[in-house]
Amino acid sequence: MNDAYELYSGETHIEVHKFYPGAVVLMAVAALVFQATAPVYFPRLNILDLPLLVTIYFGLSRRNPSTGLLLGMVIGLAQDALSGPTVPLGFYGIGKTVIGYLASSIGARLDTEHPAARFALIFGFFVVHQGILVIVRRVLLAQPEAWINVHLAIAAAVNALLGTVLFLALDRLRR
Amino acid sequence: MVAIPSKHRSLTLLAAVLLAQMLMLAVQIKVDSRGRLIRVWAISAAYPFERSGAWGFGKVGGVWNHYFALRNTVQENEALRIENDALKLTISQLQTRAAEADRLAGILGFKQTHEQVPMVGARVIAASAGTASRTIEVDRGERDGIRRNMAVITPDGAVGKVIEVYRDTAQVLLLTDKDGGAGAMLVDSRTQGVVGGTGEPMIQMKYVANEDIVNVGEKIVTSGMDKIFPKDIPVGTVVESKSGNTFKQIRVEPAARLDRLEAVIVLLSQEPVEFKNSAQSAQSGSASNPSSAQSATPASAEKP
Repeated sequence: MNDAYELYSGETHIEVHKFYPGAVVLMAVAALVFQATAPVYFPRLNILDLPLLVTIYFGLSRRNPSTGLLLGMVIGLAQDALSGPTVPLGFYGIGKTVIGYLASSIGARLDTEHPAARFALIFGFFVVHQGILVIVRRVLLAQPEAWINVHLAIAAAVNALLGTVLFLALDRLRR
Repeated sequence: MVAIPSKHRSLTLLAAVLLAQMLMLAVQIKVDSRGRLIRVWAISAAYPFERSGAWGFGKVGGVWNHYFALRNTVQENEALRIENDALKLTISQLQTRAAEADRLAGILGFKQTHEQVPMVGARVIAASAGTASRTIEVDRGERDGIRRNMAVITPDGAVGKVIEVYRDTAQVLLLTDKDGGAGAMLVDSRTQGVVGGTGEPMIQMKYVANEDIVNVGEKIVTSGMDKIFPKDIPVGTVVESKSGNTFKQIRVEPAARLDRLEAVIVLLSQEPVEFKNSAQSAQSGSASNPSSAQSATPASAEKP
């Protein structure tokens, strides 16, 4: 994991990025801590999902589906653990596992370095992530949950905007 | 170990990770009162297979049992048929015994209501071997006090008389025999005559003048003049009456079912026996014609 290398796909080649040691873990922990503490003082920040943004970023950058889904799983389970007893372990885990897998798979095929592409991807992944959470809650947990609402679109847009900015900052952690 | 292609490795890993987390969810969650989610899932997932399995096993079992596993069916059928026959026989025997019990109860009741009249109940054990005679054999004989020319009746009416007596059995000549007969009289007109057999199920009343009025349906009772039957025992009912050369030709249906005798009563004396059915009509007849009643009464008082 020390050096960047290139992943060849047909005639195009996509660069696979490497990060400083501990950067992934550090960013994941920071995102989880922020997600767990910030809404306590600033309730409106509850709209953000930093663990999801971290999952998407490292999935797109690492471009390895196995690594991406495992990272998503770990972050998701940790988020479940920090979310209190009302959220069962696996709730966010399933969602972020799928997102980690999708992000890695898409990152291996598309150039996701452009901010516009990142915005669109984050927006889409956020919606998909919320869709998975709704499915899990309705189908697996048999609990009522609204499918689509205005709040979802706003939250997706806010997270996409923040994510686009955050990704630029995280790019600095690359080797 | 089956090697997973590298391009499917991540997909397999994804499936495994998702499955593991779903199971983890299922272990944690309780759904209402149905227990943990994993149990609900397991049962829900297994239910279609269980149902299909049960349906399949039921069908296979049914086909097997109904079409293939018939190895012992023949023997079983045979055993059941034998058992069925035995049960039928048992039922028949029980019905026979019940009917016999009814008959014996009737005779017992008759005896009990006529305690003052010495009589013996007897069971019919044989009948005449040919059509030339109408006789029966009963299981009571000399040891029971039975003698020749004693009257034999049933609760329904006159049957015949004892013609032979042995130590333990006796032969009875029925009214339907050509040689059988009894002194009789018409209940309404008190006209006396003699009833006798012709070898047919019906009997005839003889020696009734053409001038006498005989109505179809009229009852006939014993007159007691034969010194065998007590007076006023039902003999039968007139079913046909027409004028003859000198006497009327009167066909009478016997009161007792002489073709189906199984138990009878042997009267050990000629004391009058009161029959419920005929007594009233006989008494009414006597009242209407007291002279004939008086002429018949004294002759019936002889004991064997």
